[in-house]
Amino acid sequence: MKIGVLALQGDFREHIRILKKLGAEAVEVRLPAELKGLDGLIIPGGESTTINKMMRAYGFPEEVKKFARKGSPVFGTCAGLIVLAGKIDDHKSGQLNLIDVDVKRNAYGRQVDSREADVTLDFAGTKPYRAVFIRAPQIRKAGAGVKSLARYEGKTVLARQKNILICSFHPELTEDTRIHQYFLDMIPKKA
Amino acid sequence: MEKFGTLTVKAGLAEMFKGGVIMDVTTVEQAKIAEDAGAVSVMSLERVPADIRAQGGVARMTDPAIIEKIMDAVTIPVMAKVRIGHFVEAQILEALGVDYIDESEVLTPADERFHINKWKFKVPFVCGAINLGEALRRIGEGAAMIRTKGEAGTGNVVEAVRHMRTIHDEIAKLAALPEEELMTEAKNHGAPYELVRIVARDRKLPVVNFSAGGIATPADAAMMMQLGAEGVFVGSGIFKSKNPAKMAAAIVKAVTHFDNPEIVAEVSKGIGEAMPGLEIQKIGKDGLLQFRGN
Repeated sequence: MKIGVLALQGDFREHIRILKKLGAEAVEVRLPAELKGLDGLIIPGGESTTINKMMRAYGFPEEVKKFARKGSPVFGTCAGLIVLAGKIDDHKSGQLNLIDVDVKRNAYGRQVDSREADVTLDFAGTKPYRAVFIRAPQIRKAGAGVKSLARYEGKTVLARQKNILICSFHPELTEDTRIHQYFLDMIPKKA
Repeated sequence: MEKFGTLTVKAGLAEMFKGGVIMDVTTVEQAKIAEDAGAVSVMSLERVPADIRAQGGVARMTDPAIIEKIMDAVTIPVMAKVRIGHFVEAQILEALGVDYIDESEVLTPADERFHINKWKFKVPFVCGAINLGEALRRIGEGAAMIRTKGEAGTGNVVEAVRHMRTIHDEIAKLAALPEEELMTEAKNHGAPYELVRIVARDRKLPVVNFSAGGIATPADAAMMMQLGAEGVFVGSGIFKSKNPAKMAAAIVKAVTHFDNPEIVAEVSKGIGEAMPGLEIQKIGKDGLLQFRGN
């Protein structure tokens, strides 16, 4: 199993560290040609403005959409969620529009409002998951096809629509591997 | 259950900056140019280092009214500088809601003996360092991010290279030592023992480390990344160049694709003149900013 982590900017190495811990092969992706042969893609945390700009500069948007349309799983955390979302800040369309959610950037406030909090994951028992929110985006609305997998303060913070997984916090900054394991389990088994 | 201002969220924001460029800005217009070029954050200061160096006088925190305008004008995180040891400037920036504070040798120090106790703040701090001991002392005081100092306002990358290589060499040496030698090494570096042990074990600083002080071209930025920087600060290098928007965008791309010489070559073409540079020897030891605080 080979997972690519978009390495244009952000904490891509932290994702790679966790993927390797789970026994998956993980590679950095800086150019669209490097998507070839991957079983899944992660768009990491970072600055969404920067990541969006760098994606456009090297022709990523169409290529990632093609990758997702083939059914390959794509996982976006924080900035990655913003890149994948349908609508941003009530008016702008998202870069990739691969998941039917409306997202508000920096909805929890500035850095002094960044926080750690416990959430429960619907798919992984009752043990709390320590979620790290950093200038986090909020999922304000989600379409009927989007399944909520965890909530914080009444709002969905982890969600899935078919092969797309999004998370408003940073599972890559913790030692708890349950969310990355869930993502790896989304990859269709090869015959 | 909920916790704010933990080391995890402070150092975590620095993790989000990685592979990115943080640009010095003095006005709202410059902040917008930086954001459009793909900066991961902007650093607000009253004058860029090259002007502080040229004009002299006491360099202080920026007027809070300007910082607020910059915070309103961009969606990327906003940093601002305080003088070394000036904890009230830091309190003001925290009250404004600034995302990161740089306790910086570029401004005139307010305290020649002590740095700010950064553990007392919810807002995270970045501090400069010229060697491992200085980096670990700052982390011991609560810094959540380090930048090698280089020599700000010179457009000369030589000191940035020296400091990055020094820190990596010192880390490599620590990692090779038997455990019983670490206490003496902690003494030699003037660094907290617990942090020395962590560095020896992990073979890296416990927080993100960027390069700063003298980066003026995409090639400079890519070199610092290849030398192990996790991102770069560009001060005077953007807005003292002939074409700031082009230079800024080129440096951003060079940092992402630092190990791809074709792309660094492509983005280096036709971007206009870089800022004028200064030779370090001509500045004289008294004029060097890197020895302020230590």
